[in-house]
This record gives sequence, structure tokens and C-alpha cells, in this order.
Amino acid sequence: MIHLDGVTKRYGDTVAVDDLTLDVAEGEVCVLIGPSGCGKTTTLRMINRLITPTSGRIMINGQDASELKAEELRRSLGYAIQSVGLFPHLDVAANIAVVPRLLGWDKPRLRGRARELLELVGLEPEQYMGKYPRQLSGGEAQRIGVARALAADPPVLLMDEPFGAVDPLNRGRLQGEFARIQRDLHKTVVFVTHDIDEAIRLADRIAIMRDGRLVQYDTPETILDNPVDHFVRDFVGSDRALKRLVRVPVRDVMDTAPPVARRSAGAKEMLAEVGRTRFVYLVDEQGRLTGWLDRAQLKGGCTVEDALSDADPAQVAVRPDASLKEALSRMLGLGFRSIAVVESDGRLVGQVTLGSVEGAMTESDEHQGARPAEHMAEYSAEDTSDDSVLESIASDDQGDCT
Amino acid sequence: MRPSRRTPVLAAFATFVFAWLLTRTSWLEAALKWAFPTEVSWLHPRADLVSLTVEHLAIVAISSGLTVLVGVPLGIWVTRSSGRDFRQLVAASVDLGQTFPPVAVLALAMPVLGFGFKPTIVALFLYGMFPVVSSTIAGLDSVPTSTLEAAKGMGMSPMQVLFRVELPLASRIIMSGIRTSVVINIGTATIGATIGTGGLGVPIIGGLATRNMAYVVEGALPAAVLAVLIDVLLGQVEHGFAVPLQEADSA
Ligand SMILES: Nc1ncnc2c1ncn2[C@@H]1O[C@H](COP(=O)(O)OP(=O)(O)OP(=O)(O)O)[C@@H](O)[C@H]1O
Ligand SMILES: [Mg+2]
Repeated sequence: MIHLDGVTKRYGDTVAVDDLTLDVAEGEVCVLIGPSGCGKTTTLRMINRLITPTSGRIMINGQDASELKAEELRRSLGYAIQSVGLFPHLDVAANIAVVPRLLGWDKPRLRGRARELLELVGLEPEQYMGKYPRQLSGGEAQRIGVARALAADPPVLLMDEPFGAVDPLNRGRLQGEFARIQRDLHKTVVFVTHDIDEAIRLADRIAIMRDGRLVQYDTPETILDNPVDHFVRDFVGSDRALKRLVRVPVRDVMDTAPPVARRSAGAKEMLAEVGRTRFVYLVDEQGRLTGWLDRAQLKGGCTVEDALSDADPAQVAVRPDASLKEALSRMLGLGFRSIAVVESDGRLVGQVTLGSVEGAMTESDEHQGARPAEHMAEYSAEDTSDDSVLESIASDDQGDCT
Repeated sequence: MRPSRRTPVLAAFATFVFAWLLTRTSWLEAALKWAFPTEVSWLHPRADLVSLTVEHLAIVAISSGLTVLVGVPLGIWVTRSSGRDFRQLVAASVDLGQTFPPVAVLALAMPVLGFGFKPTIVALFLYGMFPVVSSTIAGLDSVPTSTLEAAKGMGMSPMQVLFRVELPLASRIIMSGIRTSVVINIGTATIGATIGTGGLGVPIIGGLATRNMAYVVEGALPAAVLAVLIDVLLGQVEHGFAVPLQEADSA
């Protein structure tokens, strides 16, 4: 789909991009990563012809980019620029609709599309449609920039650090959203980031660049397992086992039948469920997570009410799109051995346990055949026998009811 | 001045009062008599103030109209890739146009264009060029490069970038340059009377020639009030260009 062949860009004495050859297959996400000034932005700008390569050739969909009409080429490449560059004189809705307007869409369709995209990037349409760029925070502006790039549904996306200014929580959410859209729409994406976790999570292939040169271009798994040199090894970091978890979405490993009871059910029924495991999740009529019940707290004459804990799903649960790494760090942070998985509407859809995280790590180890998996498997067997649910590691608050 | 919501109403009212006062020449004569009791005549013999003011406005409108018609496109051109090489030259020329005294332009243009209207228009046209061209350049330069990059990157043609992004963003600064230019021209247009162009310069020049201070004030006073009024009115127009940004500030 996108093919760069020996592309070089010189600015006087500095070589911004040096003999870069890169293939991005249709429907694939290629993530460009590397130290500041290594030529990532320059590469994107050459692809959409904002700048002309000093030498080399860029083919898009089998056509030489330099022979295409620049404006038409650019309208087919959604571009989220590094510095965002919203139009200060246009409101958010008009900013998002810039490319569809150039393509001649009618008004109702433009507004509908703006609304849809605002929802997609997690901003309340009614609240944001009429705002002007000056009234937005950096992270909000950046999300509008992403919405603008997606507006005309272009087959190719060029995204230059699209989530760089977004807070970690929303960034994780946007990454999940991006991964989800990509599963359905199969865009061809060139994505620039400084965040190796983001690269590992989203990329089909990662291109690691240094001083304008391509150092390694491989799948995230290969980059993690077989870095070509010290530079790549250092760049990826020492916690490579943990980083593999970034690749695994929670939905792939979650237990879809967690122990659960209706909050409205009688104490007896709730207790019946607790009889099987130490913890049960409590849900309301719509199946939304509202809390949990801990058997350990029932000892010593406490009532069922004492053993109930209320849950704020945003605090004690993860989304199915979250990565296992995120789930793991949330579990460790909360001191839980499992964590609930809820949809965006709060419905409980499963749980992830430490055991399943270990299982996923073991699996990827088996996959590469690097380590014997036995002792890891042992751990998980032990873990699953242990009631498997929500066991609080820090459980010193047990039984202190009176 | 910071325009408020009441400013347009006040400006319209002031304009009306000014126009009405122009027809009350007997009042003016009485005031001038009081101020300059030693003169023997207080109103210039050709002093129908209304027609002088209309003449004056016509001179300013034509010269400033030409200045805008030429100056804005000139400023746009030298910020395009095709005209970038001429930017220094154009900036230096319009600068010279303003440092060169308009009286000298009149003197130089007269042999070619004769007496009357034309040399004055030429002199004012050149004299008013500097604020228009330099504000056009400054306005277009003020558009952030990231905005331009986004506009191009979205697939806008150069014309679309100019009309949908650059000019709307530069309009306020351009408008302030036009306003300065017009206000300068209202004052400068009085020199046209030296070569028989008419306008409010007629009593001023006549007064200077006959050492009659009353005549000078008779022309200078309405010219000054006119300059202030036009300044306020154009300020309103300028303000109108910035409405979305202003709202963004205050919300
Ligand atoms: N217009 C220009 N003129 C001169 N040098 C330039 C120009 N644009 C980029 N460069 C140089 O080219 C190199 C690559 O720049 P580029 O913007 O592609 O880096 P990057 O990888 O996107 O960096 P970052 O991660 O900081 O965004 C840098 O050394 C930069 O200084
Ligand atoms: Mg960059």
C-alpha cells in the first residue's frame, strides 16, 4: 500500500531521513519510533507530499506519489499533525468537518459526522461542538485533531504522536478505541510515537529509527525477542516480559463466567454464591457492577451487609480493550488477585486473575520456546485452585465489624 | 479604543450630529467671530461645508479604495512562493512611499497629470500604501505554521488555504492597517486644495494664503472630526472580523 524506496531528505548538511526503505501493507499499522529528531515527522510529510524527498521514490497504492495530484492525495490520507494545528477561527464541529467539506458533503451529514467522531474520541458532542480551539486543553485539542484526520474516512492514516498530550487514563482508552476501530476498518496506518508501550500495543510492525536510518523493522514480538542491536535493546527497555502483556487485550484471556450475584437478591442467595468462592461480584438489574461480597468478612458474627463493599467500576475494573499489562498493574495497585472486566456501560462481562496473566506470559514464552514453562504452569494451577477470585492480598481489615 | 456594545449606536449618533452641524454655518461663523475677533471675514467664500465634506470624502474614498485594491493583493502576492523574492523590494518601496512627502508627489505629478483631481489621488494612493501592505504582510505572517501545515495536509489547494484559513485569520490585522491608512488620508487629503482639488483643504489653504486663521479652523475642525468618526466606524468593522475569537476569549 505504502512503499518507500531508498528515500532520503537532506536539509543542507543535515540528513533528516537517510536511504529509508519501508513497506506498509494494506490494512497494517506501522509504528515509527525513535529518538527526537530521527526523521519520523519528515517521513510522514514526505508521504503526503508536504515536502519532496531529495532522492528516492514513494509509491502509494502502486502509484508514484510524485505523479499524483497533491491535493487529491492528501485528501485520501488522514493526517493528524504533531502540533495539532486546529483552525482557530472555526469551532470544533467545523474543524472536524474540514476535509468532508472539501469533498462537498452536505450540512446535516457534516454535523452528524462531527458528532459521531467526538463520541469516538471520548468528548461529549453537545459540550464540545461549538467550542473554539482556544477553549480546549492540549489533550482535548489533540483528540479533535485525531477526529479531524478520521473525518472523511480515508483509507490511509498518518498520525504524528496523536495521543502525546493526552493523560495516561484517556490515552489507554483511546489506544483501546483505536485498536477496536482498526480491527473493524483495517486502515493502513503510519503512526508515530515516543511511547514504546503504545508502539507494542498498536503496531503490526514497528519501525525503529535512529539518525534518519531504519534500524529494525519487525513485528513487536520479534522486536521484543530478537532486538538487532544494543540500541534497539535499550530502546525497548529491560522489562520485555512485561511488555509482551501490552500486546494481549483483556478480552482474549478473561474468564467470562465470574461468580456473580444480583444485588437485589436475598442474602441467602448471595451467600449461596459465596459458598463456592471467597468473593462474588454484585450486579444490579442491568448487570452493572456495583460491588462485591467477601466471605472472609462473614466470620465472627458479621452480617451480610458488613461484608458488602461498594465498587466504583472506574476504580476497581478494567475494560475488555485494556491490555493485560494495564490489568496487572491495576491489580497490583489495588492489592487484588483478580479484577473485574466491565463494558463502557458498566456491565460486568468477566474477570481477569493473576493466574490468567501468568498463563498469558507462559504462552508467549512457549511461543518463542525460550524458557521451560513448567514452573509457571504450576503457579497458575495453584492459583486457580485458590478460589480464583478477588482475593485481597492486603486483607488486614478482615472481620473488624462490630 | 475598546469597542463596546454601545459604540455603534454612539458612532451613528455622532455622525448624524456632525452632518447636521455642517448645515449650521451661521453657528460656526458666530463661534469663529468670537474666537478670532480681529478678522474681517470668518467663512471662506467657497465655504459650503457640506459639499466640501462630500468632496473630501470622495477623494479619500477613491484614493483609499485604490490603495486597498492594490495594497492587499500586493501584500498577499509577496507572501506567496511566486512573489517571495519581491518581498523586500515591495516593503522598501511602500516604506519610501510614506517617507516621500505627499506635497512633493503633487509637485512631481502635476506636470504629467495637470491640475485638479488626479495628482491628489496619486499622492494619497502612494502615501496610504504603507500601512495597508505592511499590515497585510504582518497579518498573513501571523497565521501559525502548524495551522498552515494542517490546512495543506488536509488537502486544501493554495487558493483554499488563502481564502478559508489565511485571510480569515489575518483579516483583523489587515483591517487595522486599512483603518490607519484611511485616517491618515483624511488629514492628508487637505493638501489637494493647493492644486485645486477641492475638499476641506480649500478653506485651510485659502486661510493660509490670506493669513486668515478663521478659514483655517473652518476647514481643519470638520476634517479632524471626520477623521475621528471614520476611525471609530472602521474600528467597528475591524471588531466585527474578530467575533468568533472574541467570544472564545470571554467564554
Ligand atoms: N525544515 C527543516 N529545515 C532544516 N532541518 C530540518 C527541517 N525539518 C526537520 N529538520 C531536521 O531534520 C531532522 C528530523 O526532523 P523530524 O521533524 O523528522 O524529527 P522527528 O523524528 O519527528 O522528531 P520528534 O520526535 O522530536 O518529533 C531533525 O534533525 C531536524 O532538525
Ligand atoms: Mg516529529
